Amino acid sequence: MTDERLKPVSSLRRAMIRPELGAICGVILVFAFFLMVAGDSGMFAPAGFQNWLVVSAQFAIIAVGACLLMIAGEFDLSVGSMIGFAGVITAILTVQWGWPAWLAILVTFAICVGLGAINGLLVIRTGLPSFIVTLAFLYILRGLTIWLSILTTRQTIIGGVREAAEGDWLAALFGGVIFKGFFRWLGEIGLLETFARGARAGQPVVEGVPMLIVWALGLIIFGHWLLSRTRFGNWIFASGGDAQAARYVGVPVNRVKVLMFMFTAFCATVFAMCQVMEFGSAAADRGLLKEFEAIICVVIGGALLTGGYGSVIGAALGALIFGVVQQGLFFAGAESSLFRVFLGTILILAVIMNTYIRRLITGER
Amino acid sequence: MALLELRGVGKDFGAIRALSDVDLTIEPGEAVGLMGDNGAGKSTLVKIIAGNFAPTHGSIAFDGQPVHFTRPVDARNVGIEVVYQDLALADNLTAAANVFLGRELRRRIGPFRFLDHRAMNRRASELFAELKSETRASDVVRAMSGGQRQAVAIARTRLSDAKLVLMDEPTAAISVRQVAEVLDLIRRLKDHGVAVILISHRMPDVFSVCDRVVVLRRGRKVADKPVAASSPEEVTALITGAKEAA
Ligand SMILES: Nc1ncnc2c1ncn2[C@@H]1O[C@H](COP(=O)(O)OP(=O)(O)O)[C@@H](O)[C@H]1O
Ligand SMILES: [Mg+2]
Repeated sequence: MTDERLKPVSSLRRAMIRPELGAICGVILVFAFFLMVAGDSGMFAPAGFQNWLVVSAQFAIIAVGACLLMIAGEFDLSVGSMIGFAGVITAILTVQWGWPAWLAILVTFAICVGLGAINGLLVIRTGLPSFIVTLAFLYILRGLTIWLSILTTRQTIIGGVREAAEGDWLAALFGGVIFKGFFRWLGEIGLLETFARGARAGQPVVEGVPMLIVWALGLIIFGHWLLSRTRFGNWIFASGGDAQAARYVGVPVNRVKVLMFMFTAFCATVFAMCQVMEFGSAAADRGLLKEFEAIICVVIGGALLTGGYGSVIGAALGALIFGVVQQGLFFAGAESSLFRVFLGTILILAVIMNTYIRRLITGER
Repeated sequence: MALLELRGVGKDFGAIRALSDVDLTIEPGEAVGLMGDNGAGKSTLVKIIAGNFAPTHGSIAFDGQPVHFTRPVDARNVGIEVVYQDLALADNLTAAANVFLGRELRRRIGPFRFLDHRAMNRRASELFAELKSETRASDVVRAMSGGQRQAVAIARTRLSDAKLVLMDEPTAAISVRQVAEVLDLIRRLKDHGVAVILISHRMPDVFSVCDRVVVLRRGRKVADKPVAASSPEEVTALITGAKEAA
């Protein structure tokens, strides 16, 4: 009973051809390109490094959520609106209502993750595509955010959050940097540039590792572990690949999907908290288009738009490409409007390449 | 003692009586062919046994114990596995992942439990070897032939040491050579003492692997006899109604 159509596949080929392969090539190409056109612009000096790493980390935080959700077979288009909403809620609670920052942050997380659950339950219960349900939430949340902001403060930007959160233990998890001492030491022994003059003379040009990057790394590691090492991760793949088949063998598909909507909302809220702590303010228009940027990172990273296939590492590399291109063009002194042209081109190329790689892996035609 | 015993089982879908007053006994290790025209109630009967829905009338006993399944898991827990008509495999997963979907093997490291991919691949390979199928555990199901997909679905039933496997038209949409492959898989199951209920439209399938043939017509059982005492001609007549009962 042999099937002569089956060819043996070498283990090297197996190891090479992975969902992330396209994104890995993309990262190499993008770095090579910017080393050539912007190699001496400071982009690859410590401060420049930090600049594009922070931007990439921002993309990565929302891309991890979008990645797991997409593999589970769903979308969330309300991520950007959720970012604006979460920031404004925290600002109103701390600045207007005078709540301690930790309480405001916890309540914001609870509300947003709850909204994620509502997104998920609506998708499950109505059977409507998540595209439609979350598109509705894109509008509902953005509208609510502007309305709440104007209702309580008569403006769409709420400042004073950093002052209100001064010294708060939970707020510190989203703002500021860690390993300050280590970086100061690097400056002292001359491994890291220091400011020559000004108020910060003698201090290293990079103060430490921003919490934003810590969150991004944490979420990437968690997402990758969940997806590739746990039973739940297997269920995410199965739910997105063939929900009916998964149900037949007892996989709690609905629970998996709703939890992934909640996780996506969690990631959006992390993004919002980091942003609010960094700027010290919240604004009703924050997060615009972030849902698409997250989806682009995930797709560049090799995930299949229709679910059941993808990788968190790929999505993280997609976020890195996104960040490097956005900031690299700036360092290269290119017209900033060209960024979108670049991005669109990369998106098309990445998807063509990923489709080819996927066919090699799955044998689909 | 009979493995499965149905007494006066019936099922109404609103005004439609899909199944009425069916008695059926399955002995351990026995293969029974379930035949009948489209709409005769074959799938309904199998779904009742599999716990997809409860019968409107009658009672079921498994291993001598009365059972009331409300969900497929209930049936699976006592040792009844189903190979669905559309196979219910997740195309995007590997053969091993499909075999273990919903009951993944895990390894404990400290407080964490990790998927044990290696053990699942190894165990799935053993099952395929046992079924004498060439299916490779680490291949993605999407690229597989119909016969290999059947092997994956059947390997899943071996995993739990099921006592009864229900198969709804496993040979409906595959090539002649693959049919032979699937019939071999069914014989393997019998060798392991597993009872099989095989729904099929194909006379040769039933007459080559089954011990008994049961014919349903418009929701009623019209025949139940050893294949040795029947013939394809008789069964055809029973299915179409040319012969009332046997
Ligand atoms: N879920 C259902 N709801 C209503 N009627 C059904 C349902 N399932 C089956 N039936 C009806 O029950 C009868 C038997 O169907 P089925 O068991 O699928 O037949 P078979 O598998 O023998 O072709 C048919 O008349 C069918 O229309
Ligand atoms: Mg049927």
